[in-house]
Amino acid sequence: MKIIACIKQVPDSEAKVKAENGQVSWGESPLVINPFDEYAVEGALQLKEANSGTVTALCIGPESAKEALKHALAMGADEAILVSDAALHALDTQGAARVLAAAINKIGGADIVTFGRQTLDDGSGLAAAQTARILGWPLLGLVGHMEIKDGGVRVSRVIEEGRQIVSAKMPAVLSIVQSIGEPRYPSFMGIRKASKASIPVWSLSDLGITAPATFVTRGELITPPSHEVVCEIIQGDGPEQIAQTLADKILAEKVL
Amino acid sequence: MKTFVYIDHFKGEVQQASWETLGVAKSFGSASAVIVGSGLEALTKAAFEFGADEVLIAEDPALMDYRVEAFASTLSTLASSRMPDLILFPTTSRTRELAAMTAIDLNSGVLVDLTGLSRNGDTLVATRPIYEGKLNETVVCSAKPVIATLRARAFPRPAQDKSKSGTATKVEAKTDSPVTVEGYEVAEQAVSVTDASIIVSGGRGVSNNPSLTAPAGMDDKQAEIWRAQQGFKLIGELATVLGGAVGASRAAVDGGYIPYAHQVGQTGKVVAPDLYIACGISGAIQHIVGIRSAKMVVAVNKDAEAPIFKVARYGVIGDLFAIVPALTAAFKKRLGK
Ligand SMILES: Cc1cc2nc3c(=O)[nH]c(=O)nc-3n(C[C@H](O)[C@H](O)[C@H](O)COP(=O)(O)OP(=O)(O)OC[C@H]3O[C@@H](n4cnc5c(N)ncnc54)[C@H](O)[C@@H]3O)c2cc1C
Ligand SMILES: Nc1ncnc2c1ncn2[C@@H]1O[C@H](COP(=O)(O)O)[C@@H](O)[C@H]1O
Repeated sequence: MKIIACIKQVPDSEAKVKAENGQVSWGESPLVINPFDEYAVEGALQLKEANSGTVTALCIGPESAKEALKHALAMGADEAILVSDAALHALDTQGAARVLAAAINKIGGADIVTFGRQTLDDGSGLAAAQTARILGWPLLGLVGHMEIKDGGVRVSRVIEEGRQIVSAKMPAVLSIVQSIGEPRYPSFMGIRKASKASIPVWSLSDLGITAPATFVTRGELITPPSHEVVCEIIQGDGPEQIAQTLADKILAEKVL
Repeated sequence: MKTFVYIDHFKGEVQQASWETLGVAKSFGSASAVIVGSGLEALTKAAFEFGADEVLIAEDPALMDYRVEAFASTLSTLASSRMPDLILFPTTSRTRELAAMTAIDLNSGVLVDLTGLSRNGDTLVATRPIYEGKLNETVVCSAKPVIATLRARAFPRPAQDKSKSGTATKVEAKTDSPVTVEGYEVAEQAVSVTDASIIVSGGRGVSNNPSLTAPAGMDDKQAEIWRAQQGFKLIGELATVLGGAVGASRAAVDGGYIPYAHQVGQTGKVVAPDLYIACGISGAIQHIVGIRSAKMVVAVNKDAEAPIFKVARYGVIGDLFAIVPALTAAFKKRLGK
C-alpha cells in the first residue's frame, strides 16, 4: 500500500523564542521535525510493516526543511519530497492544506496519508481535516491504533470521553497521536541512507497550481508578560502540619 | 454583528467553554447558538439561559455520533443560507476538525485557540499564543465569515438565567459521512482538563510508593502500574475534594498508569486552571508549556532540585504519599466536606 506522511520543520521546544523586529527568532537553536509529526511517520511505518508498501515523507518548507525529511528517511521512510516556492511565504493553514492536496495528487494519490496532531510553531491542528476535505477523503482524527481490514481502515480514536472506534474506506487521511507508540529512533543504517538520499524539490508550477489565497494574516507579535514566581517552600512538623499550612495558604490566595 | 456559536457536546454532554463563547458573541451583537446532534432539549434550554438570542438546531438520529464530515456539512449549509459575520467555537479536539472543514466549505480561514478577540470597527482582531506560549500574535481573517475557536477559560462565563427560555428553530441536518462509527470504549468519566478550574496532576512519582506490596503473581511492570493506580487514587481523592480534574505527565501516561486524555503538556493538553497541583512531576519543559496559563501552581516533590519548583508558587519537598492524603484531609475540613 502507498502511504504518505506529512511533516513540518519547527524550532526545537527547548529554543528561546523571541520577537525581533517583528519577526520570530529562535537564535541558534536547531530546527527539528515537528514532534507530533514523528508520530505521523511512526504510524506510516507501522502501516507499512503490517501491510507492506512504501512511505513517502512530504513537507512544505524552505530548502533547510530537507533536514526534517532526512529524519523521516532515517526513521525508515522510503522517499521524501519537499515542496518549496518563494510564493509560499505567507501560507496560512488552509493554504498549506491546498498545497499538500495538490502534492498528494501529483504523487499519484495514496491509500493513507498521515498527519501529526498539530505543529508547534504557529500551527493550529487544522491541516489534516482541511486536506481531507479538499481531497474529499474521510478524516480519521486522533488515531491511537489502526488496522487495515477488508479494503478499509479501522482505527481507535483517542478522545476525551475514551476511545471511539471508527472505520472508513481508503483512501483516507489519518492524524496520529502519541498512543500509537514511541517514534522509533533513526538507525545507523537509516542515517547513512538518509544522508545520501536526494530529495526532489517541487515548485508550485510543478504541482500545476498558483499560490493559494491567504486569509489569515499576522498583525503583531507580543511578548507575553513573564510570570516569574518565587516559590515558597512550606515546612512544618510532619505531613499534617505541612498540609494544613499549605491548605490555608491556597485558600488565602482565593483561587478556589 | 451576527454570530453563530457552535455548542460543542458529546452525546448531549456540553463542553462548558461553549457558554464562554456564547458570552463573547453576545458582546458583539446577536448570538445564534447552533446545536447539531440528537436528543438536544436540555442543551437548547441551557443555550437560552446562557443568553442565546436564537437557537438553531439540526437534529437527526443519524447525528447521534459525532462524525465531522456530516457536522461540517450541516454547519456550512446553514452558514451559506444565513450568512453570519462570524462563526465561533470553543476550542476542543472536535471543533478544531469541525472549524477546519467548515472553513474549506465556506472558503475562509480559521483563527485558532484564541485567548483574546476584540472588535475594531468592522475588523475582528484576535490574539493567540504561538510557539507553545512563548509568544503571542495578533491575527485577522480577511475572508467572510470569520471562523474562530476560543480557548477554554480565557473568556468570562456569562451568568445562567434560569428564567429565560425560547423555542428552537429547526434547521436542515446533513447526515452524509464516509466514516462508520463502530463503537466506543468509554472512559469511566469524560476527562476535560482544558475546562477544569482545578487540576491535580500526577507524574512518575505516583508509582513510587515502596511501602505498597503488589498482589502476588504480578510481574514488575504490572506491579508498577498497580502501585501507580493506588497513587492516582490519592490524586483523585484530592481532586474530588477540590471539585477538580485529574491530570498527568507523559511519563505517567507512557507508563500505562492513566489514559492519554489526562496528559498535560506539549503532546497532551494545554490547560489554564486557577490552581494546578503537580505531584511527583519533575517539571520538564514539555510539561511546563502545558501549564503556563495556570493562575497558581503548587508542587509536591521529594527532590528539592526538581525544576517544577521554578514555576510553583508553593512547594512541598516531601513524599507525595504522605502529603497528598494529608492535604485531602485538610481541605475536607476547611471546605466543610
Ligand atoms: C517530543 C516530546 C513531547 C513531550 N510531551 C510531553 C507532554 O505533553 N507532557 C509531559 O508531561 N511530558 C512530555 N514529554 C516528556 C518530558 O520531557 C518528561 O519526560 C516528562 O514530563 C516526565 O514526567 P514526570 O515528571 O512524571 O517524570 P520524571 O521526570 O521521572 O519525574 C518524576 C518526579 O517524581 C518525583 N518523585 C518520585 N517519587 C516521589 C514521591 N514518592 N513523592 C514525591 N515526589 C516523587 C521525583 O523527584 C521526580 O521529580 C515530552 C517529551 C518529548 C521529547
Ligand atoms: N508545511 C507543512 N508541510 C507538511 N505537512 C504539514 C505542514 N504544515 C502542517 N503539516 C501537517 O499538518 C499537521 C497539522 O498542522 P497544523 O494544522 O499547522 O497544526 C502537522 O502535524 C503536519 O502533519
